[in-house]
Amino acid sequence: MKKKEESFFSLISQKPWEDSQSILDNEHDGKTLEVSKAKLGVRTVMVVSTIIFSLFVVSYSDRMLVHDWRSLSEPWLLWVNTVILILTSIVFHRTKILVENNEFEKAKNTLFVVGFLSFVFITGQLLVWQHFVSLGQYASSNPANAFFYVLTAMHGLHILGGLYFWAKVTRQLFKDNYNIKKIKQNVELCAIYWHFLLIVWFVLFGLMVAT
Amino acid sequence: MDEEYNNNKIETKAADSSSGSYAPSADSIPASEIPEQELYHAKSFWTRWVFCQDAKVIGVQYALTATAVGLIGLVLSWGMRLQLGFPETFSFLGPATYYQSVTMHGMIMVVYLLTALFLGGFGNYLIPLMVGARDMVFPYLNMVSFWMFLVAVLVLISSFFVPGGPTGAGWTLYPPQAILPGTPGSEMGIVLMLVSLSLFVIGFTMGGLNYVITILQARTRGMTLMRMPLTIWGIFTATVLALLAFPALFVACIMMTLDNLLGTSFFMPEIFTMGEQLGTTGGSPILFQHLFWFFGHPEVYIVALPAFGIVSDLISVHARKNIFGYRMMVWAIVIIGALSFVVWAHHMYVSGMNPYFGFFFATTTLIIAVPTAIKVYNWVLTLWRGNIHLTIPMLFSLGFIVTFVNGGITGLFLGNVIIDIPLSDTYFVVAHFHMVMGIAPLMVIFGAIYHWFPLISGRHLNQTLGKIHFWISFVGAYAIYFPMHYLGFIGVPRRYYEMYDSPYMTTGVGLNQFITVAALIVGFTQILFLYNIIHSAFYGEKSEKNPWKANSLEWHTPEMPPAHGNFGKDLPVVYRWPYDFSVPGVEREYIPQHVSPSEVPTAKVEKT
Repeated sequence: MKKKEESFFSLISQKPWEDSQSILDNEHDGKTLEVSKAKLGVRTVMVVSTIIFSLFVVSYSDRMLVHDWRSLSEPWLLWVNTVILILTSIVFHRTKILVENNEFEKAKNTLFVVGFLSFVFITGQLLVWQHFVSLGQYASSNPANAFFYVLTAMHGLHILGGLYFWAKVTRQLFKDNYNIKKIKQNVELCAIYWHFLLIVWFVLFGLMVAT
Repeated sequence: MDEEYNNNKIETKAADSSSGSYAPSADSIPASEIPEQELYHAKSFWTRWVFCQDAKVIGVQYALTATAVGLIGLVLSWGMRLQLGFPETFSFLGPATYYQSVTMHGMIMVVYLLTALFLGGFGNYLIPLMVGARDMVFPYLNMVSFWMFLVAVLVLISSFFVPGGPTGAGWTLYPPQAILPGTPGSEMGIVLMLVSLSLFVIGFTMGGLNYVITILQARTRGMTLMRMPLTIWGIFTATVLALLAFPALFVACIMMTLDNLLGTSFFMPEIFTMGEQLGTTGGSPILFQHLFWFFGHPEVYIVALPAFGIVSDLISVHARKNIFGYRMMVWAIVIIGALSFVVWAHHMYVSGMNPYFGFFFATTTLIIAVPTAIKVYNWVLTLWRGNIHLTIPMLFSLGFIVTFVNGGITGLFLGNVIIDIPLSDTYFVVAHFHMVMGIAPLMVIFGAIYHWFPLISGRHLNQTLGKIHFWISFVGAYAIYFPMHYLGFIGVPRRYYEMYDSPYMTTGVGLNQFITVAALIVGFTQILFLYNIIHSAFYGEKSEKNPWKANSLEWHTPEMPPAHGNFGKDLPVVYRWPYDFSVPGVEREYIPQHVSPSEVPTAKVEKT
């Protein structure tokens, strides 16, 4: 039985009392979208995170217009961190392809590289914080600083949250009897999440560089 | 019980239906395309009742925690009312205590009681049962969600015991006053409040993921979206709203915490306090208000939509009639949900904004009245020529309709800029929102508890106590809030801890005392209700299965109360909506959702 994916609006304008519809409805398997629960979960999390970051960006744009705003000059280290984050995403993508092709031994290595690079990124961000602190640029010195600390912290926390699931996947992969289907899905979902965080970082960093 | 379906994938009944033809007969059951979800089976007392992953237990945990913290909110309201009715009489009350009571009462009732009870409590208990699932899709996350909520509650309560006490900034927590000395609790109280709210948001997001995805993806076979009970529609839409709106509160909380702890100036303008200039410059308090109300207005509907849904089901079951205009009801819920995101600034008419802005928000606010009115008409039309049983759930539902219409109509006045400006910050506003999002949803909660208590505990609540509870609560609520509207008209401002001999009190003499006495009586009646719950849970009259003769799946589990895994070996298969009461052409008075068409061949389908 094939099921067409219908839009939400056509779903809620069905006429369940009509015989033809009723027969279709009796055949319904109870799923609304052709997507796994875990994937839908990750998507929902990304939607919620997007709203959080968007609201920060809106606040940033609003606060920026006040006269006391002094833009930060981004240190070169931030560019390095950006490159590291891009690399992480690339390696994660590579891991996903490896896992899809059932090359799990190689995937183990690349997963470690992902974890390592992510930790390097977070350390790098902390170094940038240290750099600003040593310059006397505290969060309270200027709203631009405050936003810098908040945005990097929120982004970093998202990465740490991702690393929790990265650790879970890696542990699964090192078990003797792993569930191939599950591993494939989990790696894919983690990779999607990392790409999402890369895009978020582009937006945040772009905003900070541009202003 | 657990072992029965432990390793038992659901058997596809289609295999043994002997009809060879491919044309789907009315009775055919498709093969289950979704493999049965793995269920976590608790091994010990600890994992069965405390760190439990069963949505039903989590629902009860949520409900008990919310009720416990709600009782604190109730006691705080007595403190407030005593101060207002009989100022300078009680030594334990004063300006600081008054403001702290107001703040904590508001926040507790809106967020920690109503939101948690509707979505965490009823949501967890009812969603899997009503859509025909064994459990939520992410049971572990669901458990973490409850424990986050509990921690949030504990952090909130702990603010009563820190130096300076809890925050007294009003439930809206507007900066800069919320974090400046002079406001009670500006030391630790406000920080704990903000941290607690942030934890609540994180915990809720985990739960919300479960509610949304369970409803979307884990329904049983035959349960299309348009066959779901309206309760589920209400909870679903409310959860989506919450997932989209709570981030605004979260963001606002984080920035305000930093303003307080690190001295940043996200929201803090240049300010002089006690003759000294603070270090902050240029922050925008209005920005906080926008963020807060971008959360705060959908929050009203996060509380109202589940109430709308539940009350539709209660009315339909207890009037033995299908819900009038089911599709329209669903659309109304969705439209209200969507509109709730573009009305937030009607809370800020007096904060200063572009006049055209106010025009826009007044218009959207008034548009919301249309789908809301559709819902009210449909409830009334459902009752029309229904076989109305004046059971306690029905009494509470009727109480809800009246109260909601009352509160809704005052909302129309307040939604207009020109009327809002004189009424803003008066008791009229207090009366309005207590009617519409205090009393009305509470009526539904009470009705729902009387309705589903037999399902949860297997016993009925005491009917006599229930009737006393209803009448005192209902009449009492009006005794409290009708005079409050009048006080608002004559200009009594809210948030004043004492009126002294203000000229505007001359025609309202005695009203504050009257309200206080009424509030105390209504408050103590709730203790009667709690006694009823506790007593009936152990000694109540045993309930037969499906005591209200309802159609939805939660009443048709093999055991009552439903056991772990909800539905025994086979999940039910759904053939109809849950409102087939008094269907023409059939002898049976009601047709449960899982009754197949061949069992009721003469039933005529009703157009909705």
